[in-house]
Order: sequence, then C-alpha cells, then structure tokens
Amino acid sequence: MADLRLPGTLTPLFPGLTRHVEVEAANVLGAIDELEQRWPGLRDRLVAEGPSLRSHIHVYVDGERAGLDTPVEERSRLDVIAAISGG
Amino acid sequence: MPKTMLTVATRKGTFIVESDDRRDWKLRGPYCEGWPCYHAIYDPTTGEIYTAAASEWHGTTVWRSADLGETWEMSSEGLTYGDEDGRKVSKASTLARAGDRLLVGVEAPGIFESRDNGRTWSLLSTLSGQHGSEEWDDPANQPPGHLGISGFVTDPGDADRFFAIVQGVGAFETEDGGSSWTPRNKGLRRDWPADYEDVGFCVHKLVRSAEPQRMYQQNHVGMHRSDDAGQSWNEITEGLPGDFGFAAAAHPHDKETFYVIPVDGGHGRTMHDGKAAVWRTRDGGSSWQDLRKGLPQENAHLGVLRQAMTIDKHDTPGVYFGTSTGQVFASADEGETWSEIASYLPSISSVDVVVLD
Repeated sequence: MADLRLPGTLTPLFPGLTRHVEVEAANVLGAIDELEQRWPGLRDRLVAEGPSLRSHIHVYVDGERAGLDTPVEERSRLDVIAAISGG
Repeated sequence: MPKTMLTVATRKGTFIVESDDRRDWKLRGPYCEGWPCYHAIYDPTTGEIYTAAASEWHGTTVWRSADLGETWEMSSEGLTYGDEDGRKVSKASTLARAGDRLLVGVEAPGIFESRDNGRTWSLLSTLSGQHGSEEWDDPANQPPGHLGISGFVTDPGDADRFFAIVQGVGAFETEDGGSSWTPRNKGLRRDWPADYEDVGFCVHKLVRSAEPQRMYQQNHVGMHRSDDAGQSWNEITEGLPGDFGFAAAAHPHDKETFYVIPVDGGHGRTMHDGKAAVWRTRDGGSSWQDLRKGLPQENAHLGVLRQAMTIDKHDTPGVYFGTSTGQVFASADEGETWSEIASYLPSISSVDVVVLD
C-alpha cells in the first residue's frame, strides 16, 4: 500500500478523512480515484477538467513532482500539497 | 417582530447577521470553512441557505445549510464542463431559485441547474450562439473579476422566464427555461466600440421592482430604467454624482423607489469623495436624494459590489449593504438613518436578507 498524505484544508470537508491514507493504485489519478470511492466528491477538490491537477495543488511521489499519470509503487509516499498561495 | 436574517458572503467564508427587532444584531460565522464565497442566499422554497464559492486550491462548489447556517454540506457533483469541452468552471458567482430549479452562474460563462436543491448539478446553458459567445468563452477575453454569469433576475409568476447577465457582455432573457435566449440591451448606453448592435454592454446589476414590468439597471455607464420588463431601457443617471456603480436594490412595495450606491468609476471604485452615501429615487429616477445620516462622512473609501446591497420585505423596508472593507450597514427606515451592524469582516461579496416568520 502506498502512503498518501493530504493537506489539512481537505479533512474538514469529508467526515472520517484523515491526513494520512493508505491507497493501492497504479498512478496518481488512480490514487485520487480511490479516495473518491471512499469520500465522494474528493476528486473534485484536487482535479479539474481535462483531467488535470488543480493549479494550486501539487503532488509529489517519493519526493519528485508528479502529474496525474505518474506511476505509484507499492511502497511509494504521495504528498498532496496545497500551494502556499492566496492571502 | 419576526426575525430578520442577513446572509453575508465574504472572501473568507459566509456569515449570518440576525435580529429580532432590527436594532440589536448578532453575528455568527464564519461558515463554509473560510472558502472565498461570492453569493449567499436564503431560499424560501426549501428553507435552506446556499452559498456559491470557489477556492483557489480546491475548486468551485455550492455550499448548503438546512439549519440556518449551523451546519453545512457542499457539492460540486456535475458542476463541470467535462474533460473534453476545453472550458473550465473556475468560479461560482451567483445563485437564484427558479421554480423547482436552483440556478448557479459560473465562469467560464455558463448556467448550471440543480433539481435536487444543490445535491447534484447539470449544465443548463452556455448561451452559445449568441453574438460574441465564442469570444467570451475564451478566458483571456473575460473581464476582471472573472464572474462569468454575474447575476440572475427571476420572474415570480413564471419559473421558465428569467434573465442572466454575462459579465461585460449584457443581459439576456429566456422564456423557455434556458433553451433559448434573447439579448435585452436595447437603449442602453455604451461608450466604447462594439462588434454587435445587441451585445457588448456592461450590465452590473439588474433589479425587478414591485411591479414586474418596471426594472432598474446599474450599468458601467449609467443608471437605466425599463417600463416594459427589460425589452427596452432609458437612462436615468441625471442627479447622481456619477454614472458608475455596482449595487442596487428596489423597494418591495413601491415601484418608483429604488436605491443605488454610486462609486468612482476609475480604478478605486469607492464611494465619491470618501463620504459614504446611498442614493434613492422615489419617482422612478426623475430625481435622486442622497442618504447619509449615520454613514461615515470622512475618510470612508468604501466599495460595494454588485450583490452586496439588499432590501427586506417589512412594511417599512430595511436596506442593507456590505463593503469591500468588511462593514455591514443597515437602515430600518428605508434609508433615512443608518447604523453599522457588523465590522471587521473579510471583504464582502454579497448581502441577502430574509424575514423569517
């Protein structure tokens, strides 16, 4: 299982969602789709039309900047970051 | 006296301001997890509050509360142009109830509807085929603010008939629930060249008066009035300190009485001379009176956006407006006197009011 870490801005929106979630997926989009199955509506919070990552959402897989099609290994760590932006 | 409740959408969440007597007001919030909120309305059909919101991180959604703001849920299911269309929903700007449908206006310009009170959404119209629609679909051509569809005016007697404003383009009316649209900009002034006769107008705010045929409009260049339900317009700016403004509200019992807040039309877009004033006509725009008692008259550089003034339905109506600097001002006597009923809020996008029996 891959270890997925989410920004704190998401957890208040979905009852039961925690900052750390284990997922089993082939790539980043698959991991997000797995979250969607468990917390309907969550995909919309990270993914825009295209599909593409929302412009202020960054994902890193094992420390490297990733896109939706970036492969995920069984022991990967995924960090979903809400960019330091806004005011 | 029944409770009067304001729903106040701000750049950092939605707030509730409420009173049993329109003298002592209490503030609750922020709600909606501090998301940037653009329009918050109370819907008398369901008794729910809906808020159009868009987070720079987490996208566009509509929040709803079934218990007057105590708890909230959100949904954006279906609120998308899809992966193939090319357009993106970047903001939900405005909401309205039309019969059994809840409408939300978004950017890129489009109207989505919900037939289950905000749980799911589907695309109703992008007004495609109207003059200029291909240009306004390009994000690079959309005006600052990026509101897309910036307002609705519904018809209390006909749910299939309503107006939608395309920001920077003009007002359009549908008579068949959104299947077809007609531009309603005849007679409006514009001080710039345009490619088409019937579109290319900057309609800021459209309001229906107590008598459905009478409508008012605050435009980028002037106040206008219609006596034929928006089929044609005549300018009524004379007597106001300027032709530019956003916010406007019509008296609920008297079609001749209408309120507007003129602001500087340059980059500042704050009230003239740093003195706060609401302007009122009691004769359909033939003359205007400034209402200042209780409003700050020194160093008050207040901006008020297009959905940030409203009026209640009491026998003696109360008028309310919220500012870009986070104050809410209220008058319980049709604008004669004012008081500041909320302060230090985030920048205010909209103020709506309901009298709860």
